[in-house]
Amino acid sequence: MAEAKKYPAPVTNPETAPFWEAAKQGKFLIKRCTACGEPHYFPRSICPFCFSDKTVWEESSGEATIYTFSLMRKSATGPYAIAFVTLKEGPSLQTNIVDCDMDKLRIGQKVKVVFKPTDGAPLPFFTPA
Amino acid sequence: MTIKGKAYIAGIYEHPTRHAPDKSTAQLHAEVAKGAIEDAGLTKADIDGYFCAGDAPGGAWPMVDYLGLKVRHIDSTETGGCSYLIHLGHAAEAIAAGKCSIALLTLAGKPRTGPLPARATGAEVDFEAAYGATTHNAYGMCAMRHMHDYGTTSEQLAWIKVAASHHAQYNPHAMLRDVVTVEDVLNSPMISDPLRRMDCCVVTDGGGAMIVTTPEIAKSLKKPLVRLIGHGEAMKGPRGGKDLDLTYSAGVWSGPRAFEEAGVTPQDIKYASIYDSFTITVLMQLEDLGFCKKGEGGKFVSDGNLISGVGKLPFNTDGGGLCSNHPVNRGGMTKVIEAVRQLRGQAHPKVQVPNCDLAVAHGTGGLLGVRHAASTCILERV
Repeated sequence: MAEAKKYPAPVTNPETAPFWEAAKQGKFLIKRCTACGEPHYFPRSICPFCFSDKTVWEESSGEATIYTFSLMRKSATGPYAIAFVTLKEGPSLQTNIVDCDMDKLRIGQKVKVVFKPTDGAPLPFFTPA
Repeated sequence: MTIKGKAYIAGIYEHPTRHAPDKSTAQLHAEVAKGAIEDAGLTKADIDGYFCAGDAPGGAWPMVDYLGLKVRHIDSTETGGCSYLIHLGHAAEAIAAGKCSIALLTLAGKPRTGPLPARATGAEVDFEAAYGATTHNAYGMCAMRHMHDYGTTSEQLAWIKVAASHHAQYNPHAMLRDVVTVEDVLNSPMISDPLRRMDCCVVTDGGGAMIVTTPEIAKSLKKPLVRLIGHGEAMKGPRGGKDLDLTYSAGVWSGPRAFEEAGVTPQDIKYASIYDSFTITVLMQLEDLGFCKKGEGGKFVSDGNLISGVGKLPFNTDGGGLCSNHPVNRGGMTKVIEAVRQLRGQAHPKVQVPNCDLAVAHGTGGLLGVRHAASTCILERV
């Protein structure tokens, strides 16, 4: 393996700080609206569906499937796999698939969350389950 | 209320340059403005509305001052590459409402000479920026899912580039003028799976401009009459991760709005300018606009169906972004310009569509695979 890639530290803000605090404990949080019941990601204080402010943090299982991906071959820091994955809880999100044989990735493949360090809070990525 | 027939495109200009290290970005804006004003047969003093997007250095007020304009209506809506299609719709709205009578729209910049300023980030930045989404891989993800869901192939995508190259051979300003084959496209290096180098548009310096005006003023000028009869705009994103579906674009909403306002259908269209940042962009938008059913875009674009004089739907007869020009990584302006050339009967004779009286210019801006805008303009020769 090449040496560990350096990732930028999240800037964070008052709305999202609890997500990053949880990330430091290895927990991957999503938001759920208690008014309409819908989960969402990335986290907002006001539900993007029903616009209720009754949103709460919820720990995700971190289990997901690959919705789509692309292997970026032209990169100064080496090839990487960008993807959208769909969490078991419902929301889809953008990520990289890491620590894997990139040529064997496929749509529908099961993946799980893994955190990578930065100079600040760790960042969530996904890796084959 | 409708904008149907209330605004005419009286002047167009595409900068002939594709590489301009010896010019400033503001200067390129001025050069394309001058070109469009002269094409319309007007003077700068006639301009009373100005439209620009994120490529204009500093935005609207420095540009208005630099160009020496005195305007009573401004609009700097920024939706990436389709900004200029949205500006055309908004200019028609402003003209219909009497807010201005002669609008100038400009686009210019120099990504070939040097990197563009970083795109402004949104609330998603901490949750996405680290993953390295670029145009190549965001559109690559769209193509990957389209292939998975519908069996679309690289060969089918390649036909889009082949058609563009057939047109570009007649454009002396086109950056890439060589006619290419499906095999050439498939043999070009992989950039971001499944998109290869020849699935990607060119990166060019340059720009373009247009003049939009009232029916009365347009008829007083000595130019063929081209008017806007329908316009639609829309946006699409993953919306909290619930709506992620990368097999269609916001064109599924902007298209029907434009066609309904115009009172025509895709089957009536004689010529189509379709945003071509990548081959997959064209394929998805053709489906979204209703030129074929969802999932059948691959079949629709194959066997030269987009080549003027050969297929059923001549597209991007200037060579488009895939071969000719994609100034400032923003293709919306040149999409309108080539549609106007077709409607005026001023396209290259080898690619001019006979009796071209109805055209569509359509584009998207932002990242099709992440979040983006779309705009559809239906244009008619009077």
